[in-house]
Amino acid sequence: MKVVVCVKQIPDPAIPGELVPETGTLNRDDKLILDESDSYGVEMALQLAEAAGGGQVSLVSMAPRSETSGLRTALAMGADDAVLISDDALAGSDALGTAKVLGAAIAELEADLVLAGVESSDGYTGTVPEMIAGVMGLPSITFAKQIEISDGVASVQRQTEAGYDQVECALPAVVSVTAGVVEPRYPSFKGIMAAKKKPVEGKDLAALGIDAAAVGVAGARQETVEVTDAPEREAGEIITDEGDAHANIVEFLTELKVI
Amino acid sequence: MTLAQILLFAEGDADGASGLTLELATKARTLADTVTAFAPAHGEAMAAELGAHGVSTVYALDGLGDGLVGVHAAAALAGHIEATSPDAVFFGQTTDGRDTAARLAVLADRPVSTNNVGAEIVDGALVTEEPIFGGTQNIFTAYRAPAPALAMFRPKSFEAEPSGGGAAAVESVAAVDAGEAGRATVTGRHAEERSGPQLDDAAVVVSGGRGLGQPEAYSMVDELAGLLGAASGASRAIVDAGWVPYAKQVGQTGKVVKPNVYIACGISGATQHLVGMKGSKNIVAINKDPEAPIFGVADLGIVGDVHKVMPALIEALKSR
Repeated sequence: MKVVVCVKQIPDPAIPGELVPETGTLNRDDKLILDESDSYGVEMALQLAEAAGGGQVSLVSMAPRSETSGLRTALAMGADDAVLISDDALAGSDALGTAKVLGAAIAELEADLVLAGVESSDGYTGTVPEMIAGVMGLPSITFAKQIEISDGVASVQRQTEAGYDQVECALPAVVSVTAGVVEPRYPSFKGIMAAKKKPVEGKDLAALGIDAAAVGVAGARQETVEVTDAPEREAGEIITDEGDAHANIVEFLTELKVI
Repeated sequence: MTLAQILLFAEGDADGASGLTLELATKARTLADTVTAFAPAHGEAMAAELGAHGVSTVYALDGLGDGLVGVHAAAALAGHIEATSPDAVFFGQTTDGRDTAARLAVLADRPVSTNNVGAEIVDGALVTEEPIFGGTQNIFTAYRAPAPALAMFRPKSFEAEPSGGGAAAVESVAAVDAGEAGRATVTGRHAEERSGPQLDDAAVVVSGGRGLGQPEAYSMVDELAGLLGAASGASRAIVDAGWVPYAKQVGQTGKVVKPNVYIACGISGATQHLVGMKGSKNIVAINKDPEAPIFGVADLGIVGDVHKVMPALIEALKSR
């Protein structure tokens, strides 16, 4: 079985983000790391390949400056190889532009299953996996919290507002996985060393046959007109508990007529 | 200045339209002369409520069957927007809303504006407002692709208010073959048991996070919620850890709540959580780390151990 996992390399969420003034898009000039949301997709792919008695797990990522730091993390977890699409014309791409690029790259890999996180931690539109399926003409099951593959059919528990739906779909298909569905493994020292030698194939837009006008800021066809600071909440009262702070809560709730 | 027509992606069940759908209908009617709706299911059941919130016609998809909503709704919507030429299509930021908008974006080759909390019409263009960087800033974006603009909105961004209209007319829209992309089928639907006030509309919400230390300690959240007639919620951390079901998750990837009082117990206040609850009228936080970001939004913050403060609070409420 061949599983392709979409991974996004994002600015470190621990460092406050900033916008590129001209475009209103996220500044990605600093080092990028593997989005934690995607570590679940990688782990799920590794587990499904193992359950199938072996298989290939390939990564696909789109990032500026041929950034591979995040890809190496996923390779160290156990993925076999990666395709990285980098092109200056991709800066400022929106979800649809991203999906066009990833879809074109994935189509060349002839995957049985395409996995992705439900949403990235920086953009969180939650639309890219479904768009990739749309671009590729594949079925898709989003918000998966459990996946089993048997005889070429994926059985998926798809999270819903009320609980979950059981969904069946013959492969190939795109499945997006929610955070927390599996416990992502930590790369071992051996894995980290091995990852340095695993193949990462670089591609640009021309190699994928995509017109630069269809992606990037121009392709996104949305214009940032203003960025404002949100009103801050007024600072409240902070009390250190000396054994009776619960009384302050009771008093607060009484004032609000909650009790 | 208003648009001629906004089409609303209407979600609901046999009991009627979802709160989010009615919020969007209320907003849409301030932005457009005519508001219509496309319902992938339950069109008839929603017609009265949608009409009462300003929707003139509900286009009800016929023949979804066991198919997934996104791919089939989008296939039918692509033809529907060609035929009816709305200026914008509004979606709720839900699982099916995201799927449908994403598929439609590909079919119609248009961007989708996501995670919005506000909208206005400027010089004939839809301008949407999206909170970024954990809600510390708002970005306003004008939609520059050809109509219809596709835009998705977060729950509780607008207040639902009836317009006094009668039931919306219902017209059937035939399903369109989505081809191989439509081959996934739903073989079973599982609803988790729900009891007590619901997170979405409770006046008081008590939520627990990682600071509870272990899954068993969540019973304190339930007990406190019970005493206050509150709904119980959770941070993503303990949902991911499997302590409580996803239905309880408050935050960016869970529910957005705006109760009168929100009580955060052992929640540090990651951005992911704050965006789901900082619109609450009054916020109480209990956390042992005085540097926790949750104290930045709390009206009353208790720096202390949830395992001491919560039992004492529960006892105090019981003895009243």
